Amino acid sequence: MTQKSFHDQHVTQLSPKTEPTPNTQRESLAAEVRKLSFWYGETQALKEITLSIAYRKVTALIGPSGCGKSTLLRSFNRMHDLYAGNRYSGEICLFPENHNLIDLDPFMVRLRIGMVFQKPNPFPKSIFENVAAGLRIQGVQNKKLLSDRVEQALRDAALWEEVKDRLSQSAYGLSGGQQQRLCIARALAPQPEILLLDEPTSALDPIATAKVEDLITEIRHRFTVIIVTHNMQQAARISDFTAYMHLGKLIEFAPTGELFTTPQETLTRDYITGRFG
Amino acid sequence: MRASESFLRRRALWGSFAGGCLLIAAASSVFVTLGIVYVLVTESMGFFAQIALLDFLTDTQWTPVFENAHFGVMTLVSATVTVAGIALAVSIPAGLALAIYLSEYARREVRETVKPCLELLEGVPTVVYGYFTLLFFTPLLQTFIPGLEGFNMLGPGMVMGIMILPYTASVSEDAMRAVPSGLREAGYALGYSRFRVAMRVVVPAAFSGITAAFILGMSRAVGETMVVAIAAGQNPNFSFNPTEGAATITAYIVQMAMGDLPHDSIAYQSVFAAGIVLFVITLTFNLIGFFLRRRFKEVY
Ligand SMILES: Nc1ncnc2c1ncn2[C@@H]1O[C@H](COP(=O)(O)OP(=O)(O)OP(=O)(O)O)[C@@H](O)[C@H]1O
Ligand SMILES: [Mg+2]
Repeated sequence: MTQKSFHDQHVTQLSPKTEPTPNTQRESLAAEVRKLSFWYGETQALKEITLSIAYRKVTALIGPSGCGKSTLLRSFNRMHDLYAGNRYSGEICLFPENHNLIDLDPFMVRLRIGMVFQKPNPFPKSIFENVAAGLRIQGVQNKKLLSDRVEQALRDAALWEEVKDRLSQSAYGLSGGQQQRLCIARALAPQPEILLLDEPTSALDPIATAKVEDLITEIRHRFTVIIVTHNMQQAARISDFTAYMHLGKLIEFAPTGELFTTPQETLTRDYITGRFG
Repeated sequence: MRASESFLRRRALWGSFAGGCLLIAAASSVFVTLGIVYVLVTESMGFFAQIALLDFLTDTQWTPVFENAHFGVMTLVSATVTVAGIALAVSIPAGLALAIYLSEYARREVRETVKPCLELLEGVPTVVYGYFTLLFFTPLLQTFIPGLEGFNMLGPGMVMGIMILPYTASVSEDAMRAVPSGLREAGYALGYSRFRVAMRVVVPAAFSGITAAFILGMSRAVGETMVVAIAAGQNPNFSFNPTEGAATITAYIVQMAMGDLPHDSIAYQSVFAAGIVLFVITLTFNLIGFFLRRRFKEVY
């Protein structure tokens, strides 16, 4: 219900001219990858990936090391544009406007799509300023609004109780797991349309990992999340859809339960039963 | 079994040998420093036996070889500070801009051409900078600034600001490039522009390295001799006015060293007293740098 009104509103406001996609899709999809290929210089890392990203659901990307999960994820916020020699072909369409984000200005794309990296990378600033960073660039100046949204983001990242008395202290005083949740709060604060997580728990211990998984479960109804993970149990626990990749190709994509219980492809089956490599 | 035992023994031996060598290397730098301090202090002992410390620090004249000699070291300090201040005023913005450009904007080929050129500046003999200032740069400045004296502090200060760019720009650029790319990506991922990433992420993260660069440059500017001796004049003059000429501490020292003063004369001893002041100034900057760096210690 809320989904529908959200989308209708945006469709009328933002894209009266673009070609309409079927209603069913528009209601359920946040983005769609269409025949996306990607090259690092001469080496092709993605081969005609086609994949739908469900609106306000968690989509997991799994697959053996080097199969292109990070490459695909980083295409969503055009991170590859920072480095010379990289090239895309194909589309990643953002709904509801149905704009191909490969054709948009990368800086504008990044304002709409948040990202959390494998290694916690807070700025050398206070905890508050870290979370406020993305809000400031979006033009939020009002102090009350700023602190409300910082608090909300820290609550979403399940970090508020631990840091509420030390917001003005350096982010580097936090533990690794706290720093990673701070980075999640920083990405959540501007309310991104899609949140990208690249192995967000691989540098964390099991308890910190559980906290991050819990918070993803908490926010999944309000954010569209794409997560890369090496941990299949993690994918099974927190995702709604799972995509299995192999050597730059998308091998199988299905609701998580189905993919893990009844994989259709031999490669997928081998990987999830641990027979791979 | 045996083999591994002898291997372990050999390794331990090597370890202690290497450790010993490193200790000697580290200790020798400490000894050299202590030796310099020792010479400075003992040689100036005789000086301070005759000149009251208060006069030394408050008198505004420095006339060591006159009949009625005055030893107000602030005369020399004023010129030293003025010239170094001008040098920094030129070098901080120029050095930062250059470093940001090289580290965050320039393509690799550009960086790899510009950086060696920049470091080449360091290889230019300072006497060349001195005559360049006196014969070319000062006359050039005089066309804009009518009251500028032939010997002045402005020209040498500005030239020195360029001269220390190898420290300020090159070392800060090294510090900026050492900032992990993950931190930059975090900025870009929020939608930061290149400039914002440079100013809000890279510069703060490289702060301690940048400070070190400028402290190094400052120490160099304070201790620089040739440029000021040639182009700022040798006339002790208590003044902070950059259009006037004035002798810095180093210019005075080199001037005295070139004459042949009797070793027990007070003028000779004054060289060491001035040297101590120079040492203290440099030390102070290094300490400031040390604390700034501790205060803003970067942890990646
Ligand atoms: N900057 C780069 N330049 C050239 N090739 C790259 C670059 N980054 C990645 N690759 C190659 O692209 C392919 C996909 O890499 P990617 O990092 O997307 O894999 P991944 O699935 O995320 O692996 P992992 O699970 O180890 O993180 C790999 O073969 C890798 O070697
Ligand atoms: Mg990866």
